[in-house]
Amino acid sequence: MFGPLTVKPSESKGDKTGSWRTQVRPHYLHKDCIACRMCLMICPEGCVHGKEKNAFWADYNFCKGCGVCADICPKKDIAMVAEEPKGEDK
Amino acid sequence: MKEFVEGSHAVAQIIKACQPGVISAYPITPQTHIVEDLAQLVANGELKAQFVNVESEHSAASVVLGASATGVRVYTATSSQGLFYMQEVVFNIAGMRLPVVMTCANRAISAPINIWNDQQDSVSLRDAGWIQIYAEDNQEAVDFHLIGYRLAEDRRVMLPVMVCMDGFILTHGMETVDLPEQDKVNKFLPNYNPLYKLDPAEPISMGLLADPDYYMETRFAIQETMKASLGYLSEISSEFNTVFGRDYKDLLVQEYQTKDADKVIVAMGSVCGTIKEVVDEQRAKGKKVGLLRIITYRPFPYTRVYEALKDVPRVAVLDKAVSLGAYAPLAVEMKAAFYGKNKGPKVISSFVGGLGGRDITLESIHEVFRRLTAKEVNSDFIDLKPELLKEEYGK
Repeated sequence: MFGPLTVKPSESKGDKTGSWRTQVRPHYLHKDCIACRMCLMICPEGCVHGKEKNAFWADYNFCKGCGVCADICPKKDIAMVAEEPKGEDK
Repeated sequence: MKEFVEGSHAVAQIIKACQPGVISAYPITPQTHIVEDLAQLVANGELKAQFVNVESEHSAASVVLGASATGVRVYTATSSQGLFYMQEVVFNIAGMRLPVVMTCANRAISAPINIWNDQQDSVSLRDAGWIQIYAEDNQEAVDFHLIGYRLAEDRRVMLPVMVCMDGFILTHGMETVDLPEQDKVNKFLPNYNPLYKLDPAEPISMGLLADPDYYMETRFAIQETMKASLGYLSEISSEFNTVFGRDYKDLLVQEYQTKDADKVIVAMGSVCGTIKEVVDEQRAKGKKVGLLRIITYRPFPYTRVYEALKDVPRVAVLDKAVSLGAYAPLAVEMKAAFYGKNKGPKVISSFVGGLGGRDITLESIHEVFRRLTAKEVNSDFIDLKPELLKEEYGK
């Protein structure tokens, strides 16, 4: 029997680490967003994307659920919600 | 062809016949003669291999790891401190599923420094993911290398094999050995043809970071392959018997006069020759004694052990290694083999002997049989010198 043995050269993005997240994940409410980009800038994983107001989102394939985006949001437009039992798109 | 040769020389000859492409090793007593011979064979042009001289065992193991990953058959040998210096690479080789074959010329571990034989070195690396086979004599040492390559490179297995032979007793012992002919070796051992290899034309990486999402499956896979390898060993040894006309049962254990025995000693390696002599002597006097020799220590043949000893009332396990602060290594496995089972020996006593090259004599074996009474003992040292234990710390 064999487990994972080899990998082909690629980007580190191929290694999806979202499974490390426990308990909570950021939920972008898309109500009062002013597109200040603070959440995108502070994310230690660089996994927040978006340009327009009320259109920012976190890529759960990489998000660790640290909550700093929710903390820094001046409009309190990001809520930390309980992790769903299953369903991140890995 | 039968020759009267030194064990190390015989091993070098069979490695030559297996035609590895890369050999790397660092000299350490008592393994040195093997790699000295191989270096000479390469220098003479008798073996078309690259012999890589290195500055340490850690590098020797790394060289064969890298070379094996490129898809070439490789060989290395070491002993004692050398094996321990290789340790992290030893685990890497198994983790990367590279079919490296290594000879461990068994030797004691420092401190105090001791170049003589016991089995502490290889036994201490039992959890590394290597298949470990222990030879009793030099014929087996030769045959086990050939079988080792065949098993390691089997695509169902792809695990490294450590052939363990007692330092000096076998490596420097002269015996008549039937060295397999080249054409038969070629028939038994096809060219190594790996599924994956490092190739600039088709780049891959091996042994790379595996985060918690991936790592456990690699270990589970080795565990399952280890279990399955017990069966492959039987299969390959019977094919070996056909090609070379030998008489190996399954290379897991050897039962010697165990069928109706009241007392059986369990041991590994060359000491089994001495035990067989005592068993013959006792049997001639009508005493029902026997020997169960463990040949394959990893994977451990629990089922075979159970079947062999389930009706034997008293068993003595003789370890040439210790697990300081716990039961002796082989004794642990023997007790585990019978735990929770309906049948099994009433007494499984554990003895430790032969450490650091202290001779295990015929008298030592008689002593083990004498101490194998209704009262179970654990890690009972044989042939101790009590007068050496009188020193007190600080005096």
